[in-house]
Amino acid sequence: MAKQEHQNIMDKIASANKSVTTGVDEKDIEHWVTIYIMGDEYKVPADLTIMQAMEFAGFKFTRSCGCRAGFCGACSTVYRLKNDYKLQTDMACQTRVQDGMFLVQIPFAPADKAAYLINEETYQPNIFIKYYPEIARCVSCNTCTKACPQDLQVMDYIQAALRGDFARVAELSFDCIQCGLCAIRCPAEIVHYHVAQLGRRMYSVHGLKKEENVENRVKEIEKGKFNQDFKKFLDMDEQEIKQAYRDQQKSKEVY
Amino acid sequence: MEISYYPGCTLKTSAKNYEKTGLALLPIFDISPVEIKDWVCCGATYSLTSDNLMYQLAPIRTLIRAKESGNPRLLTLCDMCYNTLKRAALFIENDEEKREKIKNFMDEEETDYRGDEVEVVHLLTLLNEIGSQKISEKLVKSPLDLKIATYYGCMLLRPKEIQADSAENPQLMENIFQGMGVEVVEYPFRTECCGSYQIVNRREIILDRTKKIISSAVKNNADLMVLSCPLCDYNLEATQKELIEQDSNFKPLPVLYFSQLLALILGIDPEINDWSLHNIDPTPVLKRKGLL
Repeated sequence: MAKQEHQNIMDKIASANKSVTTGVDEKDIEHWVTIYIMGDEYKVPADLTIMQAMEFAGFKFTRSCGCRAGFCGACSTVYRLKNDYKLQTDMACQTRVQDGMFLVQIPFAPADKAAYLINEETYQPNIFIKYYPEIARCVSCNTCTKACPQDLQVMDYIQAALRGDFARVAELSFDCIQCGLCAIRCPAEIVHYHVAQLGRRMYSVHGLKKEENVENRVKEIEKGKFNQDFKKFLDMDEQEIKQAYRDQQKSKEVY
Repeated sequence: MEISYYPGCTLKTSAKNYEKTGLALLPIFDISPVEIKDWVCCGATYSLTSDNLMYQLAPIRTLIRAKESGNPRLLTLCDMCYNTLKRAALFIENDEEKREKIKNFMDEEETDYRGDEVEVVHLLTLLNEIGSQKISEKLVKSPLDLKIATYYGCMLLRPKEIQADSAENPQLMENIFQGMGVEVVEYPFRTECCGSYQIVNRREIILDRTKKIISSAVKNNADLMVLSCPLCDYNLEATQKELIEQDSNFKPLPVLYFSQLLALILGIDPEINDWSLHNIDPTPVLKRKGLL
């Protein structure tokens, strides 16, 4: 690759990672708030997310940052507000700064994940206790639920796990983004999101009825029904693929 | 009539026979149990530490959910759950300061709870309210020549403040079964402790107690034993296998939940029982007595 071309690509990547306030003149920003990042005071524009505000303040994220869209669960934030005893938890990329926020980012939730072969496990309620016996320590304090940035009923799914109710665990934990805030707040030292994942996996492999159309489609794929079409696409050049994509988007068929 | 129902964890896992047969009895008397939504484990043992209120949260949360359900009578089948819920309710009712403290901690609960709004009731109490006469009217099989030993253990009867019946001479099971012609044998260990959670680290205590309790019932000619507590059931039933291996003179005795026997007598399909959950197979004696 030519040196100049390589430089252009690197510039593009660098600019994509820049905070959204880059290029805005400070004198054009009307509203400012004061936040405290790990004890130090910073003045930041009021309409930034916590993540943007920290970048504005000069921090560079090498951890505690992922999709920037509220899905990956990497940017766990813990904070308190002035004159409020409540310890708050949120995703830094999804939460706006407020005046008087005392902030810290949680880079990682330390936890051991049990190893199991899901197809070899039997669909029995005691599997939760087998791999995560500490769930029996739950005293229903509900601290996990209060910590959840996804507003899940975390305690309720741990309690459902305790009685082996796979369907309820899967249902209640479905929107979990595995940020780990529940696990670092739990006085019983439970790692909720791993328990939930075990529950969802067990439920999907052993509990849910297999969808007939999915099974049929898998068989068709295995028989090579779509090999011809795949080959056609693989042989196309970039322009042809783009055209095929545009044509497909224009068609009414939705896959 | 609808009644709120709190199963507890054990009835959903190792004591399924108890839940299935216990709940199957209720429609016969026009009672519909409604399981409360997203109940939490009661904690299994009532916490006696007065300065650590954390352990009171679980039973109190369940009582709050029962209150929210709109049917403030809360049915339990498990003796441990009965004991824990009832004592927690009493605790919060009698100690206003601690109640406030717990309330402040659980600041996300929307329902205010004082401790006296929910009445915890055990299945045995409920059946006694229905009365042996009414139960006997539903009799399908006459259990002639059946001798049973009733076993109560502790949790239903102690401490006095929450007891479902007299701790000295309980009659909850006697009332039901004698009324339908079943002979209840006399033996001195109906309210003896089974050893409870000592099973976890002092197994020999349970073996000793099981031997004493079961042998006494056998000597007094019981065909089988009925009880209502899943932990007593585990201790008195599962450990008999070890006793057989240890002592060739030990005579085992089938142990059933009282609801299993009652369901058979009232003609409920025996198929709802999973007999494989029993270590001492009760089916031979049940067949001999014409119940299977």
